[in-house]
Amino acid sequence: MAQRTRSERAERIRHLLETEGPAIHAQASASNDRRKETYGGTDDLEALRTDARAIKEDAIERLPELIETVRAAVEANGGTVYVADDAADANAYVADVVRNEADAADTADASGTTGDADAPSVVKSKSMTTEEIDLNEGLEAAGIDVTETDLGEWVLQVADDTPSHIVGPAMHLDRGQIADLFNERFDPDEPFDTAEELTRFARDHLGEIITEADVGITGANFVVAESGTITLITNEGNARKCAVTPDTHVAIAGVEKLIPTLSDLEPFVDLIAKSATGQPISQYVTMLSPPTDSPTLDFESPDEPITGDGNGAADGPGNSDRDFHLVLLDNGRTDMREDDQLRETLYCIRCGACSNSCANFQSVGGHGFGGETYSGGIATGWEAGVHGQDSAAEFNDLCTGCTRCVDACPVKIDIPWINTVVRDRINRSGDAESYDFLVDGLTPDEEAGGIDPGKRFFGNIGTVAKAASATAPVSNWLADAGPVRAALEHALGIDRRRDLPTFRQESLVDWFEERGGPDASSRRAARAARDGGAEIDREVVLYPDVYTNYVDTERGKAAVRTLEALGVPVRVPDLPESGRAALSQGMIATADRQASRLFAALAEDLDAGQDVVVIEPSDLAAMHREYERLLPEQSFDRLQESSYEICEYVYGLLENGAEPSALSTGDGSEPVAYHSHCQQRTLDLEAPTVAVLERCGYAPESSSAECCGMAGSFGYKQEYYELSMDVGERLATQVEDAETVVASGTSCGDQLEALLEREVPHPIELLAPGHSRR
Amino acid sequence: MTVDTIGRFERALEGLEVEFERVAAADASERIDAVADAPAVGAALPYEGVSLPEAVTIEPTTAELEAARTGVTPVGFAIAEYGSVAVESTADGAEPIALYPDRHVAVVPESDVVPNLSAGFDRLADGFDAGRDSVVFATGRSATADMGDLVHGVHGPGEVHVIVLEDR
Repeated sequence: MAQRTRSERAERIRHLLETEGPAIHAQASASNDRRKETYGGTDDLEALRTDARAIKEDAIERLPELIETVRAAVEANGGTVYVADDAADANAYVADVVRNEADAADTADASGTTGDADAPSVVKSKSMTTEEIDLNEGLEAAGIDVTETDLGEWVLQVADDTPSHIVGPAMHLDRGQIADLFNERFDPDEPFDTAEELTRFARDHLGEIITEADVGITGANFVVAESGTITLITNEGNARKCAVTPDTHVAIAGVEKLIPTLSDLEPFVDLIAKSATGQPISQYVTMLSPPTDSPTLDFESPDEPITGDGNGAADGPGNSDRDFHLVLLDNGRTDMREDDQLRETLYCIRCGACSNSCANFQSVGGHGFGGETYSGGIATGWEAGVHGQDSAAEFNDLCTGCTRCVDACPVKIDIPWINTVVRDRINRSGDAESYDFLVDGLTPDEEAGGIDPGKRFFGNIGTVAKAASATAPVSNWLADAGPVRAALEHALGIDRRRDLPTFRQESLVDWFEERGGPDASSRRAARAARDGGAEIDREVVLYPDVYTNYVDTERGKAAVRTLEALGVPVRVPDLPESGRAALSQGMIATADRQASRLFAALAEDLDAGQDVVVIEPSDLAAMHREYERLLPEQSFDRLQESSYEICEYVYGLLENGAEPSALSTGDGSEPVAYHSHCQQRTLDLEAPTVAVLERCGYAPESSSAECCGMAGSFGYKQEYYELSMDVGERLATQVEDAETVVASGTSCGDQLEALLEREVPHPIELLAPGHSRR
Repeated sequence: MTVDTIGRFERALEGLEVEFERVAAADASERIDAVADAPAVGAALPYEGVSLPEAVTIEPTTAELEAARTGVTPVGFAIAEYGSVAVESTADGAEPIALYPDRHVAVVPESDVVPNLSAGFDRLADGFDAGRDSVVFATGRSATADMGDLVHGVHGPGEVHVIVLEDR
């Protein structure tokens, strides 16, 4: 598949923002809000997530054994199990089952009255797995009529469209669009208008088709291996009808849907509706161990009792008129299971929570943030696994690594990491490009050639910033010059509508040395402690992240002054990059080396019991999350235990006797709009900042927007600029009325400054002693 | 079984806009007759001293099933926490009878109302061991938002009425 160019991508995104974004945002954000509320009201949520995760890990580990277990169980019940290698294999098998069933029905009817010689017919309930294998096209090519009975899927079938969301496939269409579509297609006497009218029509229309169908096809949310139980989670009831009405039921499920026992099902039943739609439980949790005892329903013999000839004797192994086939689909899953990085994808229960919690998804939906079949954050893993890396490459960039999906995922999949890994693999699969020379000198990375030069530029931003700072202000003048911006846009994809950071000639590290270094800091801290501070015997290494060190040095200075005023001496050594920038571009080898270097540079301080304090949340998140994969366990633990976000640290000092009066305090009611940082929230570090602001006499109000849209380099990129602004607008609308707006993240602050056209400092700048009100 | 569990069940059903009533076994037939809008079909109730009213057709034909306004069925048990009833796939057609008509009247003895999902899974496991291994946890009314707004009664019942039989 040919990759789209930057301008093609920009055009595609612009189109989706206009056409599908509004409907998607309305529904996805509503589901996300309900999920948060329901999660919040579930006392044992963490235990449920942990259990669910453990069950999936175990099930995937034991997958070959579970396939044999379910085969035995289904066969003992009187059904059939077929393991399909790929889409073509699965489609051919299902087509055979349908044709055989229809032939048998025709033969039976030959002596009867109906003389049914119509095409074989299938009714289906919603299943992403059948979307993955294009089952409908496969069956239609075999002369079989297929009707989707889930209303969303049916709308798409009528519209000849594709799902834009794993759970709400027609989420991109609003009521008016559906009404127009149905009025045109079905030409009713009275045009459809309300959802009620549309739903009634669909119920009657589809109800008739279901009663006449030869075969019912469902997916399966879970398959209990030991009992051969298919679990279907639905709200409409169509899956029940598809499974129970025709006498042949075919369930199609990826092999990863197998779980060992019935008791393993419980946490998933408890979780899946909460994570998907924010409902406590779905309307219908259908657990069928087919063939079931339910009588088959022959609507062509309307005067026969449904209990018929007694075939449904309860003591038998199910109703003998019933036929059941479980099709287990591999289609790349065995390879995913062998892949240490993609394996986690198989734990996915397809609830769509990662989509709903994703700001970019909320703006463009699954037709932008999605591949051939799957959409949202987890889609990168699915598409790479079942359709190949090219499908994932089309949309993988839309994951900014913000991690809002991490807390949403009911099985605790590290979705951002899967995106990072696949990005890294995509980088390595590219051809060396002609612009590599532009960034070669600036990119002391570990990456092979072929990576997008823009990614390489942002991935090495520390080196870029150091060079720019050394040559400031000339570098800033140059960067602002029209021809330079045009060149940056053309070669690196940096959108010329973005303000570029202004690099400081004097870095934070230089400033700190200039004012006397650690000795002066110790004296200042001691003096503050003597003048009424508490006895706090701590020492801090303040991490000079790239941005704080070279661009926004003010927040670094504010942090130093705040810590000293609370009696804590500070050092600001020149430390290596954290690897965050490289990670966000999918440059894992570079990040790995940087993590090792940073840990080595800090090891002695950590052993000496010093505290590492970090201002930029994304750098702290690298240390607390990704370093687990990059450093030895013991090193990771040591750094994680001793590193803190700046306001979290100040909160700890205040809790241990330090006095807020040493800082710039408010009058107790001064309103402050506060936007935390995505990764900071995932680390549960929004609350300490809010608490510190309150302790210091401010009345902070936190934003509820998931993300600012900037996400490091994302908003600089030409193809994503408009998406970034669309996401940012939602945040800006929430905070624009506040006189004071603060943000913890660098890029959050930049984005808000661009949108609000005023200064948006870090909270520590508000709190630092000597802060003057703007 | 505690009164609290029944209270919790009632509150959950209220939140789901499901009608609820608690009746003595002796009055059950009369109450079912009152709430089962005609024409009604049903699956026989396996509770001693409780029978379906005559107006409810058992072993219906497919035509009767399609035409029915109400389906009356026993349920294996109910889960108070979520307001769910466990519809079992039985040879007398409880599953389609609970599914096809627009109104489902579910009958459950008080002693079969369990407090939470865990207790529900214990009951489910007991049933599986006894061969009752196809069960639907039905919670509230069939619903969809696929047409742009929330609508009830799309493929499954748009009205649900739960009758809890007091212990005899």
